[in-house]
Amino acid sequence: MGRKLLIHNDKVPGINTLEVYRANGGYASVEKALKTMTPDQVTDEVKKSGLRGRGGAGFPTGLKWSFLAKPEGVPRYLVCNADESEPGTFKDRYLMEKIPHALIEGMITSSYALGAKRSYIYIRGEYFYVARILEQAIAEAYAAGWLGQNILGTEFSHDCYVQVGGGAYICGEETALLESLEGKRGNPRIKPPFPAVAGLWGCPTVVNNVETIAAVCPIVNMGGDEYAKIGIGKSTGTKLISASGHINKPGVYEIELGVPVEEFIFSEEYCGGIRNGKKLKAVVAGGSSVPILPTELILKTAKGEPRLMTYESLADGGFQTGTMLGSGGFIVMDEDTSIVKNLFTFTRFYHHESCGQCSPCREGTGWMEKILKKFLNGTAEESDVDLLWDIQSKIEGKTICPLGEAAAWPVAAAIRHFKQEFIDIAKSKKFVDISHYNRLNKIVA
Amino acid sequence: MKVTIDGIEIDVPKGTTILQAARMIGPEVAPPTMCYYSKLKTSGGYCRTCIVKVTQGSTANPNPMPKPVASCRTEVMDGMVVQNITSPEIIEARKGVVEFLLINHPLDCPVCDQAGECKLQDLGYEHGAAKSRYEFKRREYEVIDIGDKIKLHMTRCILCYRCVKVAEQLTDGRVHGVVHRGDAAEISTYIQQAISNDFSGNVIDVCPVGALTDKTFRFKQRVWFTKPMDAHRNCKKCSGKARVWFKGDEVLRVTARKDQWDEVEDFICNECRYDHKKTADWTIEGPSHISRHSVISQNHYEHLNELKVQLMKQQKALGFMSIDKKP
Repeated sequence: MGRKLLIHNDKVPGINTLEVYRANGGYASVEKALKTMTPDQVTDEVKKSGLRGRGGAGFPTGLKWSFLAKPEGVPRYLVCNADESEPGTFKDRYLMEKIPHALIEGMITSSYALGAKRSYIYIRGEYFYVARILEQAIAEAYAAGWLGQNILGTEFSHDCYVQVGGGAYICGEETALLESLEGKRGNPRIKPPFPAVAGLWGCPTVVNNVETIAAVCPIVNMGGDEYAKIGIGKSTGTKLISASGHINKPGVYEIELGVPVEEFIFSEEYCGGIRNGKKLKAVVAGGSSVPILPTELILKTAKGEPRLMTYESLADGGFQTGTMLGSGGFIVMDEDTSIVKNLFTFTRFYHHESCGQCSPCREGTGWMEKILKKFLNGTAEESDVDLLWDIQSKIEGKTICPLGEAAAWPVAAAIRHFKQEFIDIAKSKKFVDISHYNRLNKIVA
Repeated sequence: MKVTIDGIEIDVPKGTTILQAARMIGPEVAPPTMCYYSKLKTSGGYCRTCIVKVTQGSTANPNPMPKPVASCRTEVMDGMVVQNITSPEIIEARKGVVEFLLINHPLDCPVCDQAGECKLQDLGYEHGAAKSRYEFKRREYEVIDIGDKIKLHMTRCILCYRCVKVAEQLTDGRVHGVVHRGDAAEISTYIQQAISNDFSGNVIDVCPVGALTDKTFRFKQRVWFTKPMDAHRNCKKCSGKARVWFKGDEVLRVTARKDQWDEVEDFICNECRYDHKKTADWTIEGPSHISRHSVISQNHYEHLNELKVQLMKQQKALGFMSIDKKP
C-alpha cells in the first residue's frame, strides 16, 4: 500500500467541512508556516522537496516560485489553475470536490511563501458545482479566521477568490487563463514576458495546478527533505492519477511516483486489470495530448527495463518510444479499441478548442479532423496517412501556445505506432468498427 | 547589441526585435509578415509566417532556442545567431504556414479588389507551394457591410488582428473584434453595428488581404490599371498626406501612403479618404514609388517620368525651359 498525502482521508464523512478537516490535521501547514517560518523558508522547503508542477509540464515548483519578480510596491498574485480540461484528467475535480479545504490551505501557505495578498482559483465553467463547494469552504475559512486580515494574529493578510471560467480548454494555458481572469477573450499571450514577471494585470504572478498547491501542505508539514524521500530520482512525492478506459476499477488513485506501470494497470490496489478479460492494446499515459504507446512500449522501455510511473521513466526514449506523465490522465485501451477512431475523437476535441489566434493551429487542427473523418467514412487513401503526418509536423512547435503540440502529438504517435491500422482502413475502403459502442458513429454520420 | 541573421552581422539597439533587425539589413533577409505592423502596438505573433530559427540564444547563453520563434515578437540578445532563409527547416515550416493560411481562403483573386496589392498573393507566390493538398469545402461567410463605406468579406480574412488593433489604438470606442473560436473565429462588429468614426477607414489599408475593402472603390478598376500619385491637402483631422489613385484624370480612390514594407506611413482620416475624389482637391506631389516587383509598376510610368526628367534636364541645358518644378 503506497503512502497517501493528498487524499488519505477522502472517505472521512464530512471532510468537506472545516470542522472535520481541522480535526483530521487540517490547516497545520498554515499554522506551522505563519508562526515558525519565514516565506523564504517555505519556498526553500518546496525547493528541497523536488515537487514538480502537476498540471502537465512537470516544471519544478520551487524553481518557478523563485523566478517570481518581487519589485517594491507592486502586488503579487497566486493563481490556482483549476481549469482541468485535458480529456482523461479528473483528479483536481476529485480533490476539490472531496477535500476543498486541502486546496484552500495550500493557497494560504503558498501565498504566504510568495508574499501574495490575493489569490484566485480559476475553475472551469463545467465545474460550477465544485466552485460552489469551494466558495462554501472559503466562507468557512473566513469565518474561522484562516482567511482575511491578520491571519492567526500575524502580519499576514490574505484574500482568496473563486472565478468561474466560461468552459474553454485553452483557458487552462496559463496566459490565456490570466487573460480570461482579467475579463478578456481567453487568448494565450505571446511570451516573453512570462507571468512571473508580468502576469495578472501586469503584476508578477505564479500560476500553479490544484494538485501542486495542495501538495505544498504535506511538504510544509513533513519537511521538504522527508517529502523528497518518496518517489524515485527527480520524480518525488505522490501523484494523483485519473485512471479511465477499459479497466476494472476506473477512478482517481494517489500513487507514490515510481510504481511500475504494469503494477498500476493490473494490481487490485489500482486499476484491477483490463475489463472483460481482454488484452491491453495501448495506453495514453498523461492526458489526451501525450503520445499513445502500444502495450510492448508502455510496460517496458525500448531498452527492456520495466517502465515506472515517473516523469523520467515514461519519457524514456523520447517521443520515438516514450511518452509523458503529463497531468496524470491515464487512459487504458483494450484490444478492441480502434486507434483511428480514438484519434478522431481527440483531434475533434483539439479542433473545437483551438482559440483561432495563430494560423497553424486554427487551420491545421480542422484539416486533420477532416482527414480522420475520411478514414471513418472509408473514403481515405493511403497517401492520407502521409499527409496527416506532414500536417502535424507543420503544426508542432510553430504555434503561440502548447495547444498546437497537444493537437499534433497524439496524431504523430498514433501514426508512429499504429500506422498499419490507418493503411488497412485506407486499403479496404471501409471502416470496420471494432469497438463495442457506436456513439461516435452517429457523430460521423 | 550584435545579432547575426543569415550570416550577416548587424549592430542594433536594445529592445529591437529580430524582424526589425532583419529589415535593417534589407528586404532579402527580412522574413515575410502578415500580421505584424510596426505602426500598431502589440501586433504580430499570430500568423507565424515570420518564424525564424535561433541557433544561438546569446553570447551569455549560447544554447539554441528549442522551437522556431516569431521574429516580430522576439527581441534580440547580444550575440544572437538567427537563421531565416538559410534554414531549410524554416523554409519548409513557412511553406506549411502559407498552406494553412490558404486552405480556407477562397482564392477569388479574379474578382477581389485587393488583387495586385495583396500580401497573401505575394506570400503564396514567394513562399508557398504550387498546389494545395486541401480537398474539403472551404469556410464560407456572408459578405456584410460594416458601415456605409466598408465591406467585410470574412471568407478572405486570415485573422491577422490588424484591424482590431487599429480600432483599439486609433479610434475611440472599438465596436468590432473577434468573435467565436478556432477556425470558426471571425471579425465582426458588435451585433452588426456600423463602424463610424473619423479614422475607421484605415482598417482597409492595414488589411493584408481583401477582407476589408473600400465600398467607394469596389469593382471600379483593377489596381494595376490605376496610377498612384502622392498628394496632399490641408486637413484639420489628419496630416493630409495621402496616395491618390488615378485612372486617366479621374480619382478612383484615396489611400494612405505606404512604405517599403507595405505599411501605412501616416494614417488618414475618412474625409480625405472618401470625400475628396476630385483632382482639384489635391496638390499632386508626384508619382508614388512602387516597387518594381509589384504588378502595379507594370505601366512603367515612373520610369517614363525619369526619362521625362532627363529630357527636361537636357532642354534646360539647351536653354529651353527652367527646371524648378519636378514633374
